[in-house]
Amino acid sequence: MTAIKIERAAAPVWMRFLIPVVAILVTFVLTSFLIIWAGANPLEAYHYFLIAPLSNRVSALEVLVKSTPLLLTGTAVAFAFSAGYWNIGAEGQLYAGAIAAAWLGPLLGEVPPVIAILVMLVGGFGAGVLWALGPALLKVKLAIDEVVTTLLLNSVIVFLVSYLLNGPWRDPISMWPQSPEIAPNAMLPKLVPYSRLHLGFVVAVLGILFLWFVLSRTALGLKMRAVGLGREAARFAGVKVDQTMLTAALVSGGIAGLAGVTEVAGIHFHLIEAISPGYGYTGIIIATLGGLNAFGVGLAALFIGLISTGAQTVSRALGVPVYLGDVVQATLLLVTLAMFLLLNYRIRFSSD
Amino acid sequence: MSAIQMRGITKRFGPVLANDHINFDLEQGEIHALLGENGAGKTTLMRILYGLYHADAGEVFVNGEKGHITSPRDAIRLGIGMVTQHFTLVPPLTVAENVVLGYTDGFRLRPQEIQRQVGKAAAGLGVEVDPTAIVRHLSVGERQRVEILKALYREARVLILDEPTAVLVPQEVGVLFETLERLRQGGLSVIFISHKLNEVMTVCDRITVLRDGRVVGTVNKADTSQSALARMMVGRETFGVSREGEQAPGSPLLRIRSLSVADDQGLPALKGVSLEVGAGEILGVAGVSGNGQTELSRVLAGTLKPTEGQVSVGQDDLTGAEPTRVTAAGVGRIPEDRHEGLVGELTVAENLVLEHLGDFITAGTLDHRRIRQHAERLIAEYQIKASPTDRARTLSGGNMQKLILARALSREPRVVIASQPTRGLDVGATEYVRGKLLEQRGRGAAVLLLSEDLDEVLALSDRIAVIYEGRIVGVLPCAEADVEQLGLMMSGVREATGDSDQD
Repeated sequence: MTAIKIERAAAPVWMRFLIPVVAILVTFVLTSFLIIWAGANPLEAYHYFLIAPLSNRVSALEVLVKSTPLLLTGTAVAFAFSAGYWNIGAEGQLYAGAIAAAWLGPLLGEVPPVIAILVMLVGGFGAGVLWALGPALLKVKLAIDEVVTTLLLNSVIVFLVSYLLNGPWRDPISMWPQSPEIAPNAMLPKLVPYSRLHLGFVVAVLGILFLWFVLSRTALGLKMRAVGLGREAARFAGVKVDQTMLTAALVSGGIAGLAGVTEVAGIHFHLIEAISPGYGYTGIIIATLGGLNAFGVGLAALFIGLISTGAQTVSRALGVPVYLGDVVQATLLLVTLAMFLLLNYRIRFSSD
Repeated sequence: MSAIQMRGITKRFGPVLANDHINFDLEQGEIHALLGENGAGKTTLMRILYGLYHADAGEVFVNGEKGHITSPRDAIRLGIGMVTQHFTLVPPLTVAENVVLGYTDGFRLRPQEIQRQVGKAAAGLGVEVDPTAIVRHLSVGERQRVEILKALYREARVLILDEPTAVLVPQEVGVLFETLERLRQGGLSVIFISHKLNEVMTVCDRITVLRDGRVVGTVNKADTSQSALARMMVGRETFGVSREGEQAPGSPLLRIRSLSVADDQGLPALKGVSLEVGAGEILGVAGVSGNGQTELSRVLAGTLKPTEGQVSVGQDDLTGAEPTRVTAAGVGRIPEDRHEGLVGELTVAENLVLEHLGDFITAGTLDHRRIRQHAERLIAEYQIKASPTDRARTLSGGNMQKLILARALSREPRVVIASQPTRGLDVGATEYVRGKLLEQRGRGAAVLLLSEDLDEVLALSDRIAVIYEGRIVGVLPCAEADVEQLGLMMSGVREATGDSDQD
């Protein structure tokens, strides 16, 4: 008789590099059923998802525009997750940064652009840190689960924004729920004329480099990884676990705050209610897909940026709902997570 | 007739032979002790009987008939119940709900009916417990009674208790023994796993002693004594490395004064422990596991705060110090659990520098070249079979331990705290670790060795302290220690006799 046995055994290292490729293939197989159901040809759909956006200069730049906030939120989440701090609040921290930018932006009319932009970035970073501070302190002082607190605070700040835009900040002329436009000095300059690509993309790439540098080149990074990978062993070796986690949580919040600044100062020029269609949550997908590694996070953010740009093209060209892009993203996350888990097991056939 | 007969039970875990052709008989209506040190194979044998493990060879007979036990479900069907040290109760539910959980028929639950039934069963069996009480509000002793009731409610005729007194306070132990005696009179057969001689002699009818996975013998209580049992339990030839040359210990380097600590549940785990270890001396702390060794090593390592007392190394007061201050003061630490000392997912090189990151920074960033060189040097010096970039978790147990030794000893610490340093290692690695500890003694370090392996303590120590229930029950020079006396002290029977140099 042949018995099937599932046992814990780590997969060889080369398999880890196959994860993204296989995950994408599996995702496409799974989602093609939905695409067929929606009345489109899956191959055609994937052409629009993956190839079409890169086939001309305008939409290729648009992919980078879409990737900008994703690079930042992905970096933010990866930073916290590396230290074993499960920050689900990048969305809220992004809004905090956006509020700061919308508040500072109109006040900086008389300031030289370089300084104005620096003030915006520092202000947004600071606001993200502040919004991350409460859950982080609750975690290290009282061991209150940060997953719950950071997640719930996301809803709180969305309502806060809604209050600001329908109350004190409502545009006095148009009466639209949007804040006054920020001063031209505080707007992020365009990187390429006649496109939407702005300086924020450079900030986001610097963010990725910062993540790489801290994790692999600094004592803080090694301590963060030690805490994230083996808290008790790190404590035994003398790492100050609480302090390390607190630092990671706050820097993570700050980076997510920067994503709010780039959206306000680079794209919209004022605060609107739906300034983030869930960039903070997508950041979790990106950090996980990227394996919490700076290079991987960068690639994952560009890939998701590509899919969400493609989703609009798909929907226009084939008449399928634009939400298909979200479905592809979500499926990709589930498949990747499942693969990470399954890699730790192997199936053995043995005869009794 | 025998309620249970186990014949030729053999169980292997990798290279370790946990049960080696064990024969075991349980008579109807007796309380039968399984006595042995940690790792003697008691729990393994009982897990096989309860269907949690599968024997590699051997047979089990229940009431004379061959029983096929492949899961606890089979065991329960054959009338076997087991109460482990870790209870399997659902805290927010009532006693009655816990008792019937997984043992109800039909779809509907009738809470009143269940309470009545469980209450009746409890009264009938003489197990005192309130069926309406919420389990969360019960004491440990009461929860244990619920576990027993749960087993009996499933019509167990054989009850296995795995070190039932380990979690109880003395008063509760008395209540447990009364309950067991009542149940025995009602015809229940009990297997009582223990390493405490006085308890075994109080409550049991017969005693089977296991050692290194084999049965040493089965004796009637009336025909034996505590010292005879102690000899059966631990007595054997000592072997392995031995100390070369006696040397008079130097001035005390590690001083522990009336140290008290609470465990995770807030119960006292150490009760006023005082010890001194001199330069060039190994002080062995012998004891059965769970008597406070874990807490002692954690306090000395800086990961647990004492509630009372003082720890000092040389002139430095290290009471309640963080790990960084402890290592900076010249203490090398070998933790009880290797996996708690190393971050498995980090590399060998990274684990080696984790304790002293500050020394590997150049211009504000980690100096990867020096970290690598440091790792290469220690790998060569400590004969670790690994490369600096290997993840620590991929190493064998022996190499992991060498990694920990390298990190702890490479800075020539004044004091070494070694906790179960050879647990689970093969012979070669064990010899290596013991050799290294003697080397520390040779260069004048004070070594505190906490070990459950009596051979090890006897082979390495200059003096031996015995710990029992959080207290040091005696300290004696190694030359004056004999196995039987240590066995009695470890089992809480006797204080040290003769010259005790405890202050």
